[in-house]
Amino acid sequence: MTANDSSPHHLQLTRDGQLRHFLTLDGLDRALLTDILDTADSFIEVGERTIKKVPLLRGRTVVNLFFESSTRTRSTFELAAKRLSADVLNLDISTSATSKGESLSDTLLNLEAMASDMFVVRHSQSGAPHFIAESVTPGVAIINAGDGRHAHPTQAMLDMLTIRQHKGQFEGLKVAIVGDVLHSRVARSQIRALNELGAEEVRVIAPGTLLPKDVESLGCTVEYDMTRGMKDLDVVIMLRLQKERMEGALLPSEREFYRLYGLNQQKLALAHPECIVMHPGPINRGVEIESAVADGPQSVILNQVTNGIAIRMAVMSMAMGGQVSERQQKLSERGQA
Amino acid sequence: MTALLDIDQLLDQMESGLRQALEQRGVESPVLIGIRTGGVWLADVLSKRLGIEEPFGELDISFYRDDFSRIGLNPRVKPSSLPFDTEGRDIILIDDVIMSGRTIRAAMNEIFDYGRPASIILATLIDLGARELPIQPDVAGKTMALESHQRVKLRGPDPLRIELQEAGQ
Repeated sequence: MTANDSSPHHLQLTRDGQLRHFLTLDGLDRALLTDILDTADSFIEVGERTIKKVPLLRGRTVVNLFFESSTRTRSTFELAAKRLSADVLNLDISTSATSKGESLSDTLLNLEAMASDMFVVRHSQSGAPHFIAESVTPGVAIINAGDGRHAHPTQAMLDMLTIRQHKGQFEGLKVAIVGDVLHSRVARSQIRALNELGAEEVRVIAPGTLLPKDVESLGCTVEYDMTRGMKDLDVVIMLRLQKERMEGALLPSEREFYRLYGLNQQKLALAHPECIVMHPGPINRGVEIESAVADGPQSVILNQVTNGIAIRMAVMSMAMGGQVSERQQKLSERGQA
Repeated sequence: MTALLDIDQLLDQMESGLRQALEQRGVESPVLIGIRTGGVWLADVLSKRLGIEEPFGELDISFYRDDFSRIGLNPRVKPSSLPFDTEGRDIILIDDVIMSGRTIRAAMNEIFDYGRPASIILATLIDLGARELPIQPDVAGKTMALESHQRVKLRGPDPLRIELQEAGQ
């Protein structure tokens, strides 16, 4: 066991391979991703009980640290923490662009002084949760709730849970991700997860202006024409058009985008008849997706929301568990020394 | 080295003990809940022996354990499944081995999150003593004490058998 604590892949794992932070899907193998999905399955059952609460994180404090606002992600993290019996503090911090680095460190010091056990971090800058995980007091778990264009690992994992629920397994699946891949941290995490879990093909469908350079190197094929790209799909994941991020002339118009890359019933009919339709939300009806499809029988968009709570419960309890068992291990080593 | 205890004899003992306990309490339609993994196998066998047709429940107590702060989350947690409403029901709770009593405490906490049962009868295959909490089984297939180097384990589900392991040999 010679894992280096400061290397990025090992930052989020304990020496014996347990999760202790959840920052990115990079470096997490199929076995661990499957553990997360299996644990989430057990939490889904908890969500169906009269009392939707288990005592795992009783007495622990979870801080939702949102430097970028997000109603859905924050509320599902909040509900997940509460269902684990944790105390939850929600901080929506809008940062001034100039003093981000400095204010981040100061904010953290203050929050650590309140004896927090876990930070759930959403930040517009890629790498912010990593930075926090590197500098935080040992024993405190960091969960990435979306950073810049880099990663949104809990969203990707809730999507994987939704796919597994409907398709049973990943082997042999053809999955397409459609729309604004360029600005999407979700897409990167999804491509990574689908490849690791063994999907047959991951396809991105988008105009060239909304694709990152060397997108194939992420592990996907590229299709510019949606009509061709829909063929034989088992899963189609629509991305939200990041209107607020759209700078410069990447798109002629929303209407043009919808005509070419919006999902309507005609295009969906080109996919496998049992193809499921997913969207991370919030959906722009008539921009990426037609209402008849979003509300139709093949849509699993609301399942994704329910699964989001279970996945977040799984990741939070596993990371906290990794932290406590690591601390215990260190104590016992010190006792023996 | 492995010595086998006679499982059928212990099951006979559990069955007659349960019949007696149910009669004493005047319970007519109990439901069975087994604690994973061994307790579930036993619930399967005992529901047939007792002629209880209602499907039995399966409990995974991983989310309720009191040692999360020491060892973290059990990575092999499976969903609990109670295919009935526990509210107002008479429950027979089954585990393979009772020692400290902590598993049973966790199981009862979990059961109450599904509703308020009318009563719970606790039945275990083997009672090893060494209790750390004031929890006692109403019915036990066998009561015995182990040497510090011995471990007992129920293997199954088909066939069920009990292994007595001598550690360090």
